[in-house]
Amino acid sequence: MIDLIAYFFIIIGLLFDVLGCIGLVRLPDVYNRLQASTKCVTLGTCGIMFGVFLLEGFTEGGMKALLIILFLLLTAPTAAHALARAAYKSGIKLWNKSSVDYYREAGKFQE
Amino acid sequence: MKKFRWFTGTAGILAVAAIIFFSDMPLISKYFSPLIFAGFLALFRIIKGPTAADRAAASDVLGILIVGISAIFAVFTKKYWYLDIGIAWALQSFIGILALAKYLEGRDFDD
Repeated sequence: MIDLIAYFFIIIGLLFDVLGCIGLVRLPDVYNRLQASTKCVTLGTCGIMFGVFLLEGFTEGGMKALLIILFLLLTAPTAAHALARAAYKSGIKLWNKSSVDYYREAGKFQE
Repeated sequence: MKKFRWFTGTAGILAVAAIIFFSDMPLISKYFSPLIFAGFLALFRIIKGPTAADRAAASDVLGILIVGISAIFAVFTKKYWYLDIGIAWALQSFIGILALAKYLEGRDFDD
């Protein structure tokens, strides 16, 4: 039974990975691509790791999988945030159908 | 025309998924072939991406995908040092993306 739940988590993770990479190819803008790809791929890989943990239990492999979950949840949003901020500061324009730009309206961006 | 493109894309992805699911590959190939497909999509964005931030985002996604591939290898071959490769790869990818973001922002590496 618990093997079935573990394979279910692994398949959900693979689905999220593929959908995130399709978003990386299809969407029109740097910020949209970061929005789609980074969160989806992080959640998908964490799903795969949770499936590995359910398959292995509290052994060597399972504890390493839990460690990778913790590490990915800490680092991947940080990297995406730094990358979006760097893209904005290096002067890349928004997509021409984007409607709001809160970062410029808040006055935190000096050119 | 747009609906036609949506339809062909969805039908193509479902056809590839059905071919993978019903073929007689070994189980490990069934589980990591979607990750290989997603990796090729990220490689397409690395090659084609119009700006430098696109390429950095796609290489971040590629790093996280390789962590997932290492987890699939570890759980299907029962060799748990693949998860060590995953931990080390996630760390190196995070530090690389942070350095790249700092460089794109226009600052030096030492401030």
